[in-house]
Amino acid sequence: MSRRARLLLFGASALAFGALLVWGLAGLPAFGDFNGEYGQIVNGVAGRERHVTNVVAAVVFDYRGFDTLGEDFILFSAVLGVALLLREARDDRERPRDEVRSDAVRAFGLAMVAPTVVFGLYIVAHGYLTPGGGFQGGVALAAGLILLYAAGGYRAFRAATPHRLVDLAEGTGAGGYAAVGVASLVAGSLFLQNVIGLGTKGTLAAGGTIPLLNAASALAVAAGLILLCHEFLEEVMYEE
Amino acid sequence: MIPLQSVALALVGLGALAVVTTRDPLRQTLVAGLYGLALAVLFVVLQAPDVALSEIVVSSVATPFILLTALAKMRGRPRK
Repeated sequence: MSRRARLLLFGASALAFGALLVWGLAGLPAFGDFNGEYGQIVNGVAGRERHVTNVVAAVVFDYRGFDTLGEDFILFSAVLGVALLLREARDDRERPRDEVRSDAVRAFGLAMVAPTVVFGLYIVAHGYLTPGGGFQGGVALAAGLILLYAAGGYRAFRAATPHRLVDLAEGTGAGGYAAVGVASLVAGSLFLQNVIGLGTKGTLAAGGTIPLLNAASALAVAAGLILLCHEFLEEVMYEE
Repeated sequence: MIPLQSVALALVGLGALAVVTTRDPLRQTLVAGLYGLALAVLFVVLQAPDVALSEIVVSSVATPFILLTALAKMRGRPRK
């Protein structure tokens, strides 16, 4: 195709695409125009029905708790897949030693480990009262421990996160979520239905099964991310 | 749209442009992290703090970690 023909083709398709885009944009609802009936209803009833003050958490861990079970298991199987592909028996070999050369990185990193872990725990614990929750807090928690690698080196990171313990936490988190659902079946209710006492509104004890599911997914997310880091770092550290 | 939202939206646009115009993957990882931060600010001013928190943790922890370890693994290998 000649240069001229190509330019013509490009010009024509760019014009058509542009017109389509403008036409589509013109038909969009106005900025900030929210027309979600379900959202309005849930905002009105969640506080009364579930005693939690973060409606998002009420949706994620209760009204749509079954969807979150699926999401938890997506993450679980993704981590499992990475482990299956990358895990090798390297425990018999000595762990490689690396060195953090920058004093600034070491000092700032180590100073941030504890605050980040505490912040993650806070985001998890208050997830159903204020913005946050198991996923966000779980990643923050893992981030605190990953900082240990950045600031203290590979050995410190691995010593702080023993493989067996993290594997156990991952299984307990993912399995615990499903176990809460099974427990509500045993109690004679529907799967993942909120069956236990709802507590006082706005306190940490509020929400019935919401805190349990929140904690289970925090455990699964934090452990999953740390396991991912173990596998990825092993690929980098054992370079032969 | 209030001014704060317009500013945040403009920052997101600029950030996205910065990510695609950065050619060095190492720098691009850091720029993408900053872009995620801009997105988080946008989510906050649009009153979606839960999503903003997710965006912060994913764009500042999970994605850079995976990209940086991949880059570290590839470093020093001859180009094919």
